[in-house]
Amino acid sequence: MTTPVLEVRNLVKTFHVGGGLFERLRFEKGRFSAPQKILRAVNGVSLSIAPGEVMALVGESGCGKSTVAKTIARIYEPTSGEIRIDGEDVSHLASRQMRPVRRKLQMIFQDPYASLDPRQRVKDIVIEPRRAQAGRAMSRKSLEDEAVALLARVGLNAEQANRYPHQFSGGQRQRIGIARALSVRPKLIIADEPVSALDVSIQAQILNLMMDLRDEFGLSYLFVSHDLSVVHHIADRIGVMYLGFMVETASRDQLFSRPKHPYTKALLSAAPTIDKALRKPEIEIAGEVPSALRLPQGCCFRTRCPFAFDRCAVERPALRQQPDGSSVACHLSESTA
Amino acid sequence: MTRLLSSEFFYNYRRNLPAMLGSMLLLFFALMALLGPSIVAQNPYDVSKLELMDSFKPPIWLEGGDSRYLLGTDGQGRDVLASIVYGARISAFIGLTAMAFSCLIGTTLGLLSGYYGGTVDNVIMRVADIQLSFPSMLIALFLMSAFGTGIVMVLIALTAVGWVVYARTVRGSTLSEIQKEYIQAARVAGLGNLQIIVRHVLPNVLTPLIVVSTIQVGTFILIEASLSFLGVGVPITEPSLGLLVKEGFDVLFSGIWWTSAFPGLFIMFLVFGINLFGDFLRDELNPRLR
Amino acid sequence: MSETLLDIRGLKTHFHTFGGLVKAVDGVSFQVDKGEVVGLVGESGGGKSVIGFSILRLIDPPGRIEAGEIIFDGEDLTKKSEEELRTVRGGEIAMVFQDPMTSLNPVYTIGRQMDEMLQLHTDLDASARRKRCIRMLEDVGISEAESRLDAYPHQFSGGMRQRVVIAIALLAGSRLIIADEPTTALDVTVQSQILKLMRRQIAERGAAMILVTHDLAIVSEMADRVVVLYCGKVVERGRTEDVISHPAHPYTRGLLDSIPRIADRQRRLQQIPGMVPDIRKLGEGCSFRDRCSRAQPLCAEKTPELLPVRHSLDAACHYPLNEAEA
Repeated sequence: MTTPVLEVRNLVKTFHVGGGLFERLRFEKGRFSAPQKILRAVNGVSLSIAPGEVMALVGESGCGKSTVAKTIARIYEPTSGEIRIDGEDVSHLASRQMRPVRRKLQMIFQDPYASLDPRQRVKDIVIEPRRAQAGRAMSRKSLEDEAVALLARVGLNAEQANRYPHQFSGGQRQRIGIARALSVRPKLIIADEPVSALDVSIQAQILNLMMDLRDEFGLSYLFVSHDLSVVHHIADRIGVMYLGFMVETASRDQLFSRPKHPYTKALLSAAPTIDKALRKPEIEIAGEVPSALRLPQGCCFRTRCPFAFDRCAVERPALRQQPDGSSVACHLSESTA
Repeated sequence: MTRLLSSEFFYNYRRNLPAMLGSMLLLFFALMALLGPSIVAQNPYDVSKLELMDSFKPPIWLEGGDSRYLLGTDGQGRDVLASIVYGARISAFIGLTAMAFSCLIGTTLGLLSGYYGGTVDNVIMRVADIQLSFPSMLIALFLMSAFGTGIVMVLIALTAVGWVVYARTVRGSTLSEIQKEYIQAARVAGLGNLQIIVRHVLPNVLTPLIVVSTIQVGTFILIEASLSFLGVGVPITEPSLGLLVKEGFDVLFSGIWWTSAFPGLFIMFLVFGINLFGDFLRDELNPRLR
Repeated sequence: MSETLLDIRGLKTHFHTFGGLVKAVDGVSFQVDKGEVVGLVGESGGGKSVIGFSILRLIDPPGRIEAGEIIFDGEDLTKKSEEELRTVRGGEIAMVFQDPMTSLNPVYTIGRQMDEMLQLHTDLDASARRKRCIRMLEDVGISEAESRLDAYPHQFSGGMRQRVVIAIALLAGSRLIIADEPTTALDVTVQSQILKLMRRQIAERGAAMILVTHDLAIVSEMADRVVVLYCGKVVERGRTEDVISHPAHPYTRGLLDSIPRIADRQRRLQQIPGMVPDIRKLGEGCSFRDRCSRAQPLCAEKTPELLPVRHSLDAACHYPLNEAEA
């Protein structure tokens, strides 16, 4: 078996919220205290991506999918858990030691406007990761040549290299972001909602480009999205997240034809579609996602689940492998398995 | 230049009367300070050129005015206009230099404070808070009276007073910039903290700095004028506008009003021009107000 | 025969900006019948939101309504005084925005904001108004409605806020609701709740809705008729089934093909090449021609008019797709 490009085990990420010591300071019952509010964004997520594979993380806002992506990219420090890039555990590396790892791992961001430095020329933006790797070993000229080549690969021409980001449309900016990620020829690209800010016709262009690049460079993607039709189009395997937990992982076809977790089913039936044939009788789920500051006891989804029973309130279901190779975290699937 | 003239900035500028007025005033004063010494006939600090006979001549439109002295003369026979031209140079030099120093120090501290947060931030910002709870005049006065006078001391005092404004502005912009994804992208690219600060954060917090700096120059000129008026500012050998007002003030009540009124008016119009232009820059460069 | 509630004829809303004249809405005509949901779709820059604001004459300089008639219930809104319009806004016609925070005042309780609406448009006494507010909150699916009346907007989640905004619109007895991307900021599971709620409430009250969205899937589930916009012009309009299954305009076809289909997965998505042209630099001719595979020399010479093609479909295209091609 080949080494996975990315292997994540029991990743946990919590954030302390409520501000600094001064903002939290309380005076109650004759003594001072500074209560900590802890936001549990990611609660023990495991996943692995084989070379050339596209894995997608789906879920609604606040489910922790972007936090998983950004913690793997080490924009956030993991609270606990293991992150292996190409077999090497990087979860404890300091930012200086991370630099060589960044050759293998790059990222594409959601917001095509905020993810490019407005004060830099496009040619400097796309070559930045490459320059950080090479240090002074590369001449200005060869860096510039590479920038132009990268831009050409994503469909922008050489004369556009000297422009600033604001002179480009959303789709073109996203191409620039892709070129930047590509500059170090990484093995894995983490894409955090890369098309959700784009118009549909432009979205199709970017998705096609990403698929072409995967074939050309043998890339793996960790693709984070809330849009099931996009995920269905691009992913080989899909992980569904809810409230910081992975509730189901399955291959694309399994997930869309035989979803097992009630939340997955609800998600699939709630997504609007233009294909009339696909409109299923909807699984009504009421209410909204609970706060990650106060996770429910037991199963995270039980507050909205139409099938919840006594056990769900007491015991948190583990993600268990099913006979067909998918994994589900639901007490209902355990009894049938 | 043609790019500037066809830009949106210039388009808005031409439609903003106060901004035009302000910048015209500034241009006039700048030319006066730069070219003035070669235009005015007299160097007021060259004692050999002074005629005691000509002391306290009123402006030319008053009875007894002398055609050589447009705005009249002071007790030593110095041309008031010439004194203003020379004084404006000193005031402008002090205002601009103090701005540069406080900008440098304040920006650095603001960047560190905003970027690193935590203890660094707490220490810098608490010092700033404490300092802001005293009027800046008071602090400057205290420093001047404790450590002596002179142009260098004035500069030190103004910098000590002025850095806070920069630090706070820069910290605020830094906090909002480091939320943005391009900073995260720089981290993923493998850049270190210092590289991120210099290459990405600094260029993006410059815009508010320009606005603050414009207003600060005006503020510094005013503070310096006040210090000099109170007698703890620049020495008599290098009189700024504020010192001219003070000199004239001594004889104001004997009916010789022009020696203090004209430098005073000059300060007013200078700071007025700076503020008008500064307001325009703020409206133009601050996307939130648009 | 259904009655026409809103009839927009030749609406032109232009913005005089530094960079040039932006014809954000350039000769748009469509009708909304009573009890009907009309979807306005198109990509950013299509002018769909500006139409919504134009109907209520909420266009600020440098924008201006240059021409056209907006006939609401027999009266032309473009000819009404500002005074008369105030009773129309929020009363006869309500707006629901993408971000519910922009339409709720953060310093007043939900109850007070709902009550204000009733005071303005009914002559009920205080306790009757309160009862009506509670019932309305229950109608839009907010539990514990009574205690929620005293809550402030920030105590509600995004989906709940949107429900409140809808409740306020319904309270006023609005006959037309203009919903501008009402669910774009919401999660799919909440989105489907809100859409269903809006559908049901509109049907029950016989109100009409203009649904402004970029999402063709939502339109296909919600709207009775669709108006497709491109560069400020209507390129196609017709009944939803016809537009979605056999569109006549190549742009509509392209939009539909760009959506990844779960039922029919392609290795590559069909994409519309290029990007939306600079709206300030449009001259004579079809504004879609540079991205269109069917473009002929005529497309550059003459701007196509919106003409009936087949069934319910009108399209602005010199070479519309026939039913087999679409």
